[in-house]
Amino acid sequence: MASDVKTEKIDKSLFKFAEYDSRNAELIGYSNYSYWRSTLQVFFKNKTAVILLSVVVLLLLFTVVQPYLPNQHSPIKINVDADGLQLRNLPPSSEYWFGTNSIGQDIWSRIWSGTRTSLFIGLTVGIIELIVGIFVGSIWGYVRKLDPIITEIYNIITNIPTTIILILIAYILEPGILTIIIAMSVTRWTSMARFVRNLVIIIRDREYNLASRCLGTPLHRIASKNLLPYLVSVIMLRLALAIPLAIGSEVFLTYIGIGLPVDIPSLGNLINEGRMFIMTPSLRYQLLFPTAVLSIITISFYVMGNAFGDASDPKNHM
Amino acid sequence: MSKYVLKRFFRSILTLIAVITVVFLLMRMMPEEGYFGEAGTDKLDESQKEAILTNLGLRDPMHIQLIHFYSDLAKGDLGDSLIYRPNVSITKIIKQKAPYSIAIGLSSLGFALILGLSMGVVMAKEKNKLADKMGTFYVVIIRAVPPIVYYLFIQLYLTQIFKLPLLFDIDEPSSWILPTFAMALGNIAGYAMWMRRYMVDELNKDYLRLARAKGLSERKIMVSHVARNALVPMVQYLPASILFTIGGSIYIESLFSIPGMGGLLVDAIQLQDNNLVQALVLMFSVVGILGLFLGDVLMAMLDPRIKLHSSGGGR
Repeated sequence: MASDVKTEKIDKSLFKFAEYDSRNAELIGYSNYSYWRSTLQVFFKNKTAVILLSVVVLLLLFTVVQPYLPNQHSPIKINVDADGLQLRNLPPSSEYWFGTNSIGQDIWSRIWSGTRTSLFIGLTVGIIELIVGIFVGSIWGYVRKLDPIITEIYNIITNIPTTIILILIAYILEPGILTIIIAMSVTRWTSMARFVRNLVIIIRDREYNLASRCLGTPLHRIASKNLLPYLVSVIMLRLALAIPLAIGSEVFLTYIGIGLPVDIPSLGNLINEGRMFIMTPSLRYQLLFPTAVLSIITISFYVMGNAFGDASDPKNHM
Repeated sequence: MSKYVLKRFFRSILTLIAVITVVFLLMRMMPEEGYFGEAGTDKLDESQKEAILTNLGLRDPMHIQLIHFYSDLAKGDLGDSLIYRPNVSITKIIKQKAPYSIAIGLSSLGFALILGLSMGVVMAKEKNKLADKMGTFYVVIIRAVPPIVYYLFIQLYLTQIFKLPLLFDIDEPSSWILPTFAMALGNIAGYAMWMRRYMVDELNKDYLRLARAKGLSERKIMVSHVARNALVPMVQYLPASILFTIGGSIYIESLFSIPGMGGLLVDAIQLQDNNLVQALVLMFSVVGILGLFLGDVLMAMLDPRIKLHSSGGGR
């Protein structure tokens, strides 16, 4: 018979019976998978993202430390020479590293002060988006009666170009940081809320959640172990993208004249000031320096946000 | 199908009414200087200002104002400009400006569609090769850097490199090139990115192995199978790109001094002409609502499986 032929050919001395180990028997099916460790592992495999992460960390540190470094000028002080004349449009020098602007303010310190303003706006908008989006989204998904109302509000907001809403709100309210934060938050929570709503509807009654509940898993554990991993990738992505968006909106609003007032240094104000020298090649650095810093920040945050978003998606962990 | 279109149309009308009412009420919160202009605020005394406001109907109760506003709208009357061109009907101003915006907007959309889709096809075909990497780099730059920045650099450097005019001129056809191109950049990136993604998804499917086994040429597989199937989900980005074009037109038109609606909005805001801002914000919202409506109808025509969900569109 065929099976006999096969067994005859096998050298029995190569094999031995395993002993029964009750501990190993219990280990079957256990994996030492850890969500955050896998996320970080996948993230650190992406070299570009790691480089940009260090760029972002250094930038953040630098914006905080910069005012305390030696030989820094105040971003709003108008510098004058010995005769009391304004030091207008000085080229970059050892004293004024990026030169001075048309009324004698130090461009180097204005850029970092502007970056602080923009990062603050971006992070605030991102956090508001998270809170409002997750809150509205879960109500939207759980409370059936509210579904048509929130859906209509969602439809109205998403039917109008975002730029128009931004302009309308910035036009109506007093110019300032708060106005920009409000104007951006009004439109931004919608996609987060919609995502959370769909997630709630899809995942709430999945078998593994049902099983978890039947086994008596407390709600906070279900939320943190079963739901949160799905949210983390989107949260990180949206938070990282809020910063380029905030900078872009601020630059745009300042450009059309309803952004931040001139006395608050911001990347928008700097680019707007620099734009006046677009026809003067010798002074064009006043536009180039802020845009260079702005581009580095926005690209770093964008690429890093996407990489972290991918890494924190459990589907990419295998 | 017709039931879907009817339902969708009805929803658009509801949205429109809600938007008009909200914009109208918000505009009433504006400081009243916007009704006199910079010169008027200083020259006129309180009783004269009061008389102007009463004349404009701004001292009536809110619901009466709203009814007046709607009945004027029904007659196609958006009110008069206050500061931009005093006492000229806004409909007349818009009639002069709209053709430029429509021409540039549509040509940039068409340009983006052709270039973006073909870029996506090339990127999917050359996946992980140089062309794909360069394309991805372009998409990242365009999506990360605020549009105003690269618009500025296009105006600054491309005009010099290609010897193109810096500002728009009706009689000079070459002055159309840069604004159209600049406005299309963002949509090109969007189309290329999604087209690549859908095509890569499609490339992993089983029916392609069959097509190869049958001995179809790689070119034929790409064109008549992969690209064609990937095009269907692409339609859903058309409405979004219409909205994006509207947003972009505001920058571009004022940057290149195109006498269109976007540039007009910037002027109206800077002059604080309340009536004109109100009318233009409404116009842009209507275009947005209309664009999304047409996009959804087009999508329903292409893909009969789509039904009207209460959950809203794909955006």
